[in-house]
Amino acid sequence: MKLRITNYELRIIKSVLNLCLSVFICGLISSAFAQSDGSQQNQTGKAGTFAITNARIVTVSGAVIENGTIIVSDGKIAAVGANVTVPGGAERIDAAGLSVYPGMIDAGTNMGLAEVGQGAPATIDVAETGDYNANAKAMLGVNPHSSHINVTRVNGITTVLSIPQGGIISGQAAVINLNGSTQNDMAVVPMFGLLVNFPRITLGGGGFNPFAQTAPIDFGEAVKRRDQRIEDLKKLFRDAENYAKAQDAYAKDKNLPAPAPDLKMAALAPYVRGERPIIFTAERERDIRNAAKFIADTKVKGIIFGGQEAWKVADDLKKNNIAVIYTNIYNLPVRDDDAYDYLFEAPAKMAQAGVKFCVSTGDSGAEVRDLPYHAGLAGAYGLSKDDALKSVTLYPAQILGIADRLGSIEQGKIANLVVSDGDILEPRTNVKYVFIGGRLIPLTSRHTELFESFKDRK
Amino acid sequence: MKKATVFLLLISINLISLTFASARSKNEILIRNATVMTAAKGSLENTDILIQNGKIARIGKNLKAASNAQTIDATGKFVTPGIVDCHSHTMMDAVNEFSYSVTSMTRIRDVLNPTDIAIYRGLAGGVTAANLLHGSANAIGGQNSTVKFKYGKPVEDFVIADAPPGIKFALGENPKRTNFNPAPGQTPRYPRTRMGVMEVIRDAFVRARDYKKDWDDFRAKRTTVQPRRDLELEPLVEVIEGKRLVHAHGYRSDEHLNLMLLADEFGFKVATLQHALEAYKIAPEIAKRGTGASIFADSWSYKLEAYDSIPYNGYILWKNGVNVSINSDSNERMRRLNLDAAKMMKYGGVPEEESLKMITLNPAKQLGIDKRTGSLETGKDADIVIWTAHPFSVYARPEMTMIEGEVYFDRSRDLTRRAELQREREALEKLDVNRTPGSGGTPPARPSEHRQEDLDEADGGNR
Repeated sequence: MKLRITNYELRIIKSVLNLCLSVFICGLISSAFAQSDGSQQNQTGKAGTFAITNARIVTVSGAVIENGTIIVSDGKIAAVGANVTVPGGAERIDAAGLSVYPGMIDAGTNMGLAEVGQGAPATIDVAETGDYNANAKAMLGVNPHSSHINVTRVNGITTVLSIPQGGIISGQAAVINLNGSTQNDMAVVPMFGLLVNFPRITLGGGGFNPFAQTAPIDFGEAVKRRDQRIEDLKKLFRDAENYAKAQDAYAKDKNLPAPAPDLKMAALAPYVRGERPIIFTAERERDIRNAAKFIADTKVKGIIFGGQEAWKVADDLKKNNIAVIYTNIYNLPVRDDDAYDYLFEAPAKMAQAGVKFCVSTGDSGAEVRDLPYHAGLAGAYGLSKDDALKSVTLYPAQILGIADRLGSIEQGKIANLVVSDGDILEPRTNVKYVFIGGRLIPLTSRHTELFESFKDRK
Repeated sequence: MKKATVFLLLISINLISLTFASARSKNEILIRNATVMTAAKGSLENTDILIQNGKIARIGKNLKAASNAQTIDATGKFVTPGIVDCHSHTMMDAVNEFSYSVTSMTRIRDVLNPTDIAIYRGLAGGVTAANLLHGSANAIGGQNSTVKFKYGKPVEDFVIADAPPGIKFALGENPKRTNFNPAPGQTPRYPRTRMGVMEVIRDAFVRARDYKKDWDDFRAKRTTVQPRRDLELEPLVEVIEGKRLVHAHGYRSDEHLNLMLLADEFGFKVATLQHALEAYKIAPEIAKRGTGASIFADSWSYKLEAYDSIPYNGYILWKNGVNVSINSDSNERMRRLNLDAAKMMKYGGVPEEESLKMITLNPAKQLGIDKRTGSLETGKDADIVIWTAHPFSVYARPEMTMIEGEVYFDRSRDLTRRAELQREREALEKLDVNRTPGSGGTPPARPSEHRQEDLDEADGGNR
């Protein structure tokens, strides 16, 4: 019998084969990740009452206690000081020769939203489609089982801001602790701030890749386009305010017409009313100046994200109470004739000018563990060691509005603590114990697991 | 165009003043009373280094120098060899010749840009030499250049003349191009799988072996017909003959092992596995062949094939006796390779001097330039960095970087010139040709703003 296949049948066979192939590829990818989901993956750690004794305690908010004790109980710092009684039943950690720091805080990451940068797009949840996504919430995208989390926290970073990016209004950023099996376990401030990529002049063109060439845009046109986008943003803010007013009026008087529900407007309302901060990405002096003006004009609570030249705008920022999340230590200066240390010394210049700032990696997740070295490098270029440490502990806590709970070692604060054998900002320092929310976190990670698997292979 | 001219003018003014600064100190320099980290024979406290005619003449205590020698008081400071970056695309105006999978005929030497500001920034981070490699788009990328960062000098002075030549190979995601969609209307290029990548390399070596035989026959007068020169195969013949170093980009351990097996078959040694983020899984196999590994200290997860990368890689390789270097592959990261070396002490516990070697002597060995650079030893080139503190401290900063006894970076000079440069810049901005339409401020210098990103794109994320 002669086998005959029609075109139609061929198409079906092809699609079945394609399906088989994609199932196979998905299988490959998931097995690659299953490998990472070892038994130790993001273990939530042991709760209880702990006494860290004989420790050098770097409280950050107050003086260093050269030989003191910290009691951790019910997830909080129950006591701290040179003369503290250890309650019966507390698990003792002898920290002789060791130092205790508050857990470090990185206020600019995509932690949990991006696992593998290239080659596995299904693991990326950073940028939603479209330009205006006020209702997109990072808190609902964070993967509590990301292997970036265990790798980061074992180096002493215990809290991060996870932000969505992309478009003009990217969505709402979440403050999370790096521990927990669910998003809710991790949440510190689930809807902390709204990320807005503040419109700037973009020229296009350039580039060496012949396939990626686009026609350069006239500078005047680019300026007009930016200004239009700023106006669009202002209008959107006014609309959201009006929407909120209509909702309020209807809540008071049900005889009024009910406004049609609009998720995006509802999401914007608390931000345009200044109840929660808006985080504006802006790097260059003119963009930061424009953002500061926008913040003043719209009377919102503003934060600058990026902030390369924020020190040049100190007056505007101080006048409008605008803090800076600085993410540029590991970046190259933009202009050829910028000083070679232009971005290393920016934190020192902000400190000198009295701008409220913190240092952040601005990293998607995998390299957030380098946070202490970002701050330390600023220390090599003019920032005091004291400010360098504060720039990754107390200052980000203040900017994130959680300084009453985190950022320093004080009685009553959440017990996010790091015990190390030296200056926490030094790359040679080893982390010995980490507490998050009073739980003693196992110092295992995807990396220690792979290390154990292969270190003795002959 | 006029703006570009003004920028070039600015740069050339910098170059001229730098050249003046370095001319003075050619003959004899005495660095006094430093902690000298030799990267060969331990750390020596309160020690002097005498430099004569660009070479290290003596290392010891209380050395005497000629009365007209320049003396640098380095009390309380640390001195190390200049950093050697074994994987760099700095000062390259092109990275990949995308059109073929085998482009062994192309040469980095043809695209060197000695005015790239990244060179100066590298010097300010203590880097004095680099292995300039093609990108990883092609299974066989092209011929490298091993250079010293003699910023301000003509381009021919950069190239280390007696460095053995090398060639870039690439395995995995980048040469198979599956992360990069072809432009509309473009046909996907062969290879598209790891199987294909290996076959492309095998095919090239089979052809190179035949080509070598043709020449051997001709030279032995077994035939009178002279073979036609083939610029694609000539460098591969040099690889087979052990005269050209193979630097092989790759991530997964299976791929690197397959390449080493192919090299066994054709009778050559792979000089370095580049990136090699999974090399810890095959450390004994690498050690057995005497192949080097040039790795990132701790980068991971930026692509699927980097997901099994661990910061303990360097330690496991070192423990197995592999020669390990830590590279940057980045104009940015190059500036803080000292901190990457420090991380080797943290992750696994590589000893201090062995960690320092990973950014100095080990890469120099991998590039075959260790006779002249990579450690502080008598007779070697005076490629030297003076640091404000222990170079593994995050608070340390290079104060001065010299190559062959000439100062190419001096922070105090850099600082004193800033006000002058600022005035010059402001004067230039006021010129009519430079006034920006619309708002205030100066438009970005376009080439520099795009350069790093473009390199990244061109190289599939640059790594």
